[in-house]
Amino acid sequence: METIWFFLWALLWTIYFMLDGYDLGIGSLLPFFSKNENERRVMINAMGPFWDGNEVWLVTAGGVTFAAFPKTYAVLFSTLYTPLMILLFALILRGISFEFRGKIDDRRWRRLWDGCLTLGSIVPGFLFGVTFGNLFQGIPIDESGILRGDFFTLLSPYALLSGVLFVFLFVVHGALWLAVMTDEEMHERSLSAARGAWPALVSVLVTFLVSSALTTDLYQNAINRPVLFLFPVLSVVALIATRTFIGMRKPVQAFASSAIVILGTGMFGFTGLYPNMLLSSLNPQFSLTAFNSASSALTLKIMLGITLVVIPIVIAYQSWVHVLFGKKIRLEELKEGESY
Amino acid sequence: MDVLTLSRLQFAVATLFHFLFVPLTLGLSVLVAIMETKWVRTGDETYRRMAKFWGKLFLINFALGVVTGLTLEFQFGTNWSRYSMYVGDVFGSLLAIEAAVTFFLESTFVAVWFFGWNRISPKLHCVSMWLIAIAANLSAFWILVANAWMQHPVGYVIRNGRAELTDFWAVISQKFAILEFIHTIGGAYILAGFFVLGISSWHLLKLQNVEFFTRSFKIAIAFTLIFSIFEIAQGHMNAEILQETQPTKLAAMEAHWETRPRAPLYLLLWPRLDGEMNAIEALPVPGMLSLLATYSTQSVIKGLKEWPAELRPPVLPCFLSFRFMVGMGFLFAGLSIFGFYVRNNLLAYPWFLKTLVFAIPLPYLTNEAGWILAELGRQPWIVYGVMKTKDAVSFVSTAQVFTSLIGFIVLYGLLGFADFMLLFKFARKGPQK
Repeated sequence: METIWFFLWALLWTIYFMLDGYDLGIGSLLPFFSKNENERRVMINAMGPFWDGNEVWLVTAGGVTFAAFPKTYAVLFSTLYTPLMILLFALILRGISFEFRGKIDDRRWRRLWDGCLTLGSIVPGFLFGVTFGNLFQGIPIDESGILRGDFFTLLSPYALLSGVLFVFLFVVHGALWLAVMTDEEMHERSLSAARGAWPALVSVLVTFLVSSALTTDLYQNAINRPVLFLFPVLSVVALIATRTFIGMRKPVQAFASSAIVILGTGMFGFTGLYPNMLLSSLNPQFSLTAFNSASSALTLKIMLGITLVVIPIVIAYQSWVHVLFGKKIRLEELKEGESY
Repeated sequence: MDVLTLSRLQFAVATLFHFLFVPLTLGLSVLVAIMETKWVRTGDETYRRMAKFWGKLFLINFALGVVTGLTLEFQFGTNWSRYSMYVGDVFGSLLAIEAAVTFFLESTFVAVWFFGWNRISPKLHCVSMWLIAIAANLSAFWILVANAWMQHPVGYVIRNGRAELTDFWAVISQKFAILEFIHTIGGAYILAGFFVLGISSWHLLKLQNVEFFTRSFKIAIAFTLIFSIFEIAQGHMNAEILQETQPTKLAAMEAHWETRPRAPLYLLLWPRLDGEMNAIEALPVPGMLSLLATYSTQSVIKGLKEWPAELRPPVLPCFLSFRFMVGMGFLFAGLSIFGFYVRNNLLAYPWFLKTLVFAIPLPYLTNEAGWILAELGRQPWIVYGVMKTKDAVSFVSTAQVFTSLIGFIVLYGLLGFADFMLLFKFARKGPQK
């Protein structure tokens, strides 16, 4: 049961990164990509109907961490207090930007919220990477789950690398979603932005996979069970596929491939971590695992029933929404209909 | 200040601020859904404009409710990690269910509603609004079940050094949870009702869009009348259950010190800040407190002195917030009854319309007072009788919590100001032609 929950937990986080990844990516690109107010509105409306639904995956992933592994939730959130507070403030500013930005017709007002949207997208992408980098590598927690160190302890080179990786994953993912949602000139530029960022992503991802071998135990499970090499391989293959589809000018397929890159990378990390959830770099005995931090059998059973019923329904109606609103944005429509 | 005090302050700031936006979401979603249903049924364009106008205000308010809700989920882990470890087995699952079952529905369909005016059929569009309303109210149910469990824990056993769930049904169906849910929903609906009444009155006073705002007024006044009367009767049940479940809260909110039968209700009462007595105690109604709490004038009501000082909640804030809440409750019922009575002839009562404009903030304060009583009245416990608040706080540093607290105060202050300014702006602007 604990094992099932570990993988459900991993899957929920990975789905979150696959979905919110593209809107965090578009938000990160906002000032660097857009040339005028119209283009900014296209970019914001390209994620407008989706971002909030995507972010609920974070709330659910967090909630499930609390429900299924309360001890991991408690130790993780309190030891990473400062980065998580920064993450929270960034997400608050981002979320409110969508609603506030267009409500007052003033250039400075819009500039302000554009800035919040950008910061609120880059910072969370980076900090999620730092957080999971710390999870994969381990942090100095003692037997009571108290951090023996400070904020800077959490900024190891590997964690920083992981942060950069997340930002690049999201930027490519976001550029490709933008290509799906736009046509003509913006469509072309979105594709070339993804093409331009691709080599950087390749180098960061390869560095990450190599340094994971050098500084973490993430490959240990795969060495014992070679089938798990599927995930890092999947990630690399999908990355190549992404580039191929960009070259073939097929944005939907390229976007799907970049989602698989995120899936492969995430699952590589999580399968490598199993059964640990929060590694102690002081003493492996202090580590929190799926077994020593799980909830009672009854809670896990009830939660499993609810999750298995509800999550497929959520996926169904969120897919419907993506089909309903996943159409090329036209400027005239933005001016007439309801939009941000 | 220590980590405990700072964390409690931070929790108070985050929760009270969050609850400035939640009640309007709960109530206005239902009102907008009613308006849109009328549009779909009758085809009358005014109802469509009503749904759009009130819907816009709903969304401005909703955005802040969503982002400040994130904080609450983070906070249990960041600031109350020992609490999370100890009771996560019961409490965490309720939060996870809230997210999976209701937040997805709410957030996804808010987008469908906002962006979907020209993309989906009016019927489906109206269904989206109902889904938002249902999801919002269901999310209130789950979080209030979780809070009720902190107030009156049931369906668990202490095992493996923590509270473990033994009876899920008992947790979600206990009387305390149901009463707390109904009471909170009632308070939220009153707030939303007065919000619509106040803004409508402002426009009516200016004789702008008279037809539009008269209709809005009429829908809201029926709604407010029902829930403000209901809330008084129901609120009484909440006080009654405290007699069995949280006698310290009951004693504190009544500033009742001595255990005695035939406990009187003082019409003039003021507790002393120091010492175990009241500064003013006058005009007693004999046996009234006993009667209200137990339906018998003879019954014994435990006084605060029954418990050592460290197990008592702070008396004055509980006492004051309780009296404020009850007083306002009666005021809302009175205003609603009068408003319903004159609903067909509103323009003849400009003083009443003016009163309603100034009444907009009152339900906000009342909702907050209710929460101050609920949470402070539970002290010193975080889970009543099971875990003390001081044992629940995380091992983090004072500097960390101090910095984040300042961050919250500044950020929330600015965002709250901007949000109310936008609400004000769009409320004044009135509906589109």
